[in-house]
Amino acid sequence: MAVETVLKANNLKRYYDIKGGMFAKGGTVKALDGASFNLEAGKTLAVVGESGCGKSTLARLVTLIEKPTDGELVLGGFDIGSAHTAEEKRTLRQMVQIVFQDPYGSLNPRQKVSTILEEPLKINTSMSSAERRTEVLSMMSRVGLRPEQADRYPHMFSGGQRQRIAIARALMLRPKIVILDEPVSALDVSIQAQVLNLLTDLQEEMNLAYLFISHDLSVVRHIADDVLVMYLGQPVEHGSREEIFSNPQHPYTKALLSATPVADPSRKRERIKLVGELPSPLNPPSGCTFHPRCPLANERCKAEMPKLAPTSSAQVSCHAVAEGRS
Amino acid sequence: MSLLEIRNLSVEFETAHGLFRAVDSVDLEIDQGEMAAIVGESGSGKSVSMLALMGLLPWTARITADRMNFDGKDLLTISQKERRKIIGKDISMIFQEPMTSLNPCFTVGYQIMEVIKEHLGGTRKELEARAIELLGLVGIPAPESRLRAFPHQMSGGMNQRVMIAMMIACNPRLLIADEPTTALDVTIQAQILELLQDLQHKRGMALVLITHDMGVVAETAEVVNVQYAGQQVERQNVVDLFAKPQHPYTYALLSALPERATGKRLPSIPGVVPGLLDRPTGCLFNPRCQFATDKCRSTPPALHSKVLCHYPLVDGKPTNNHPGVSGPGSSGQGSSGQGSSGQEALGGNV
Repeated sequence: MAVETVLKANNLKRYYDIKGGMFAKGGTVKALDGASFNLEAGKTLAVVGESGCGKSTLARLVTLIEKPTDGELVLGGFDIGSAHTAEEKRTLRQMVQIVFQDPYGSLNPRQKVSTILEEPLKINTSMSSAERRTEVLSMMSRVGLRPEQADRYPHMFSGGQRQRIAIARALMLRPKIVILDEPVSALDVSIQAQVLNLLTDLQEEMNLAYLFISHDLSVVRHIADDVLVMYLGQPVEHGSREEIFSNPQHPYTKALLSATPVADPSRKRERIKLVGELPSPLNPPSGCTFHPRCPLANERCKAEMPKLAPTSSAQVSCHAVAEGRS
Repeated sequence: MSLLEIRNLSVEFETAHGLFRAVDSVDLEIDQGEMAAIVGESGSGKSVSMLALMGLLPWTARITADRMNFDGKDLLTISQKERRKIIGKDISMIFQEPMTSLNPCFTVGYQIMEVIKEHLGGTRKELEARAIELLGLVGIPAPESRLRAFPHQMSGGMNQRVMIAMMIACNPRLLIADEPTTALDVTIQAQILELLQDLQHKRGMALVLITHDMGVVAETAEVVNVQYAGQQVERQNVVDLFAKPQHPYTYALLSALPERATGKRLPSIPGVVPGLLDRPTGCLFNPRCQFATDKCRSTPPALHSKVLCHYPLVDGKPTNNHPGVSGPGSSGQGSSGQGSSGQEALGGNV
């Protein structure tokens, strides 16, 4: 079977202008500064990084909630920049759907489950109400909800069930790409396993491409095919799951992996300590944005911004890796 | 003598639908300088049991215990006034959300100084010096300038450090940390956990860590209490708990971790923690337990050597006395068909 690239992002950028006030100076926040990646049907690309690294901005761009400042975004063969008519835009929007982190906040508490699930069909298709109802019930059974639950309200469900509803809603229009913005981080371990299993099953069944945004590396390790590590709006490492987890190259990836707790008390390991926190994106450090926290930084890192370059295993943006410093 | 000793603690809430037992006969014993963890899913009564100890529950709560001693004092009989002298000074607590547990209207310096003034007293100058010292101790850069910062001007990690500074201000003997790192990024989580461990070692402070993250437990705790639906189902030291879980719930919880998965599918626990209206008879875990038998469905189990189960597991399998299991080599799948509620069974077949 030929692999179908459903999402192509090339040097995607999103800047926000901050207005100057009476005392404050204006500026530009580079929330996302040049991300390039491909996503194939049936595959999962995980985007990892600390809060403020541009993960969610990326999700907003790919779901067409916001327009990129610069760069190219191709969804299922259509360049979003060339879509002008309402019809074209509608087709594009139907191709991507999103599941949010918090199942308590992302469902309207005053709508019944059936109303929530019907809404995308009502807006985007010309189905009759009976057809919509059948469609809703079949989707509910697919995500593991019972038909009699269709006329209940979100508050009558547990967190895991609500996330199932949110997933069902995202799948109503048969999208090709689903953005999962931290879909399991609000859930308990046992429920998390149920939802992850469901996501795996649906991916196989419907040949979905997932853009999986998470900061939990143990979940990413389980579900991802490829991993993109971001830091302050820029991708710092991009490679297959095996490469990223078995042979991380970028000092930030290494630190992130070593900071993730492992459920094995007998294992003692060297933790790479990162000093300080993520700097403000309004005033990013010069050169490599990671240099103030990096154990390998030198003068070149302070002055010159590294570019994502292929190494033996993955693509890494680091002077130290390129020079073989350690 | 142990620093904190709780025997048979129960907490009940009066609700419109009757009495709800949020905590059901929990025991806890902590020595000076020990690091204990309480784990369980949400709704398992982890936080409520510790709030009961702190006396922070609303009046609708009915707290009963055979014994609740801290450092030789009986917390059940002392007056409110006496209790206030201990709480915040000898026992203190950190909450999950640093952003909401700090008062947004006051500077962090003021909030730290308030604690010290209340319990130890001192002049304004002394208080300020102590607050600066504390902020430095928890790793906040340029503490002098941070004294006059408001919580909204700092990040979540920084605010959690302020909370820790506030809580260790009076050199507590026991620190209760309720999900102290859940709202934080992993790199910041690592920093905060290290800070707590460091303080525990240096000051011989006892620490109770409430969490649902098994990774955090494995890396920090010495003794672990596993709670389920208000009951304490297992208590073991951390190495044995991860290597040889005895209660089916602990076993299932550990198998559900993505990092322990062998295949593409995770073994999950079907269903959810029972609430007020769907309490099962017999063992509270039986509807979700893959090893449950008729006995489990009818009779509540008693505590066998710190495990609350009729058939404690050995090496992740039920032993000989479990009906349906012929010998120690059996996988335990023979009895699981009737026990699992049909969604996703645990164990070898996934």
